[in-house]
Amino acid sequence: MARQAQESFRSVTKPVGVVADIRKNGIKSIYHGDGHNESPAPLEAIIDQSSQLALYAVTVGENVSDEISRLFAEDEFAPAAMLDAAASQGAELAAQQVEHSVRQQLKASNRWITGHETMSFSPGYCGWHVSAQRKLFEHLNPQEIGITLTDSCLMQPLKSISGVIVTGPRRIFSFDDNYAFCDQCKNRSCRERMKAIHTDK
Amino acid sequence: MLNQLSDSLLTGNADAVASLVKQAIDQKLDPNNILNDGLIAGMTVVGQKFKSHEIFLPDVLIAAKAMNAGMEILKPLLVKEGIPSIGRIVIGTVQGDLHDIGKNLVGIMLKGAGFEVIDLGKDVAPETFVEAAIENEAQIIGLSALLTTTMPVMKKVVNLATEKGLTGKIKIIIGGAPTTSDYANEIGADAYCYDGINAVDCARRILGVA
Ligand code: B12
Ligand code: SF4
Repeated sequence: MARQAQESFRSVTKPVGVVADIRKNGIKSIYHGDGHNESPAPLEAIIDQSSQLALYAVTVGENVSDEISRLFAEDEFAPAAMLDAAASQGAELAAQQVEHSVRQQLKASNRWITGHETMSFSPGYCGWHVSAQRKLFEHLNPQEIGITLTDSCLMQPLKSISGVIVTGPRRIFSFDDNYAFCDQCKNRSCRERMKAIHTDK
Repeated sequence: MLNQLSDSLLTGNADAVASLVKQAIDQKLDPNNILNDGLIAGMTVVGQKFKSHEIFLPDVLIAAKAMNAGMEILKPLLVKEGIPSIGRIVIGTVQGDLHDIGKNLVGIMLKGAGFEVIDLGKDVAPETFVEAAIENEAQIIGLSALLTTTMPVMKKVVNLATEKGLTGKIKIIIGGAPTTSDYANEIGADAYCYDGINAVDCARRILGVA
């Protein structure tokens, strides 16, 4: 069934993304958003020590969400849930692909520094309030690839991801998971991400 | 035969469930027994096995589809004989939010446990929740939100229900990744549930169903 979901996912999706470099002073205002962030938060210090920054947004499109709804409406609950999971994973893979292409571009233009790394951060995670999406959208304009933002800061299509890819010395991405908001964190994904940047890509 | 019905649910055999329900009706078994000792009993075992990690979500969902196949045949009879469900729940994703997978799963679990579920869909306004609950004489409103920016709509629903004098009459339960039991307390909701199985336990508790 998992394979069926993957095949179905492939047949109804076409991942697209947009990425744009941004300067430190530009990102600061986007990060600040509407002023609802937690402070301190890991990204504050990371931005300050970064060498390159790029905003991005990716989506796997609306068709897959329509297909999930259709399956639910027809009582095909298991295929619907599997396709939903495949679509979420697809969006995450698309985001990773963008991060990879940022690295490749830096390498191709001889701007990659040995010992540097990339890490992606998204509004809505790790103290960065989701309302910062508004400023991120104003700057990046992902409407061009069909991603829009609702008044409640929800992206449409649903299976979309936005964020900033930070490049900088590996050490700047080491932080403790003991911020006040970490108490509510259900997955502690920063731990995995930190581990990953210490393995060669 | 009702045991066989329960077993067919466990294996997710929708055709077998439909045909066994038909047979049970033909043999003039009490529709209430077909429901409780056949379908709901089967789904209860499915729920228990899921809870103890013996089976996984897709297995539960395949069983739920089979349950629906049986319910489709049994429901007209239950309506005709005036047999009430164990409880009626209005459920939906709050205004401004379009995440509905979690809400759908909760609805499926509640239905499987024998509740009547009125699913209002996603992006549902506070007034719609309250009106639908009054109109359908629901005992519970279930609210789902997946973003911190849409969570405040939950409070609006609670406030509106209070304004309409529904406090105590209609219980409000909430769920969705960023919500917590502290948040439920803060906004005056009756309970927070972390998943579908927990929602079933919680709804049962609220309605005093064994
Ligand atoms: C998969 C996922 C995604 C997927 C798709 C999400 C989807 N549902 O379609 C992708 C990768 C695309 C994604 C994107 C984003 N995500 Co996201 N995502 C998740 C993740 C990891 C799982 C969500 C999920 O699908 N779970 C599976 C379903 C079945 O579970 P569920 O919906 O929670 O429902 C269960 C319970 O909550 C409960 N329940 C739910 N509703 C109800 C209702 C009632 C009445 C009851 C009783 C119970 C109940 O029972 C359900 C069944 O078990 C969560 C974190 C988490 N661990 O939950 C973050 C999370 C929802 N995402 C988050 C964020 C921030 C985002 C983004 C904004 C990030 C970004 N900047 O790109 C975007 C927004 C997308 C958009 N369209 O705007 C935040 C939201 C909180 C916030 N800060 O506002 C979360 C909570 C992560 C976090 N920071 O902790 N995301
Ligand atoms: S524990 Fe969670 S919230 Fe805290 S920094 Fe890590 S991923 Fe972010």
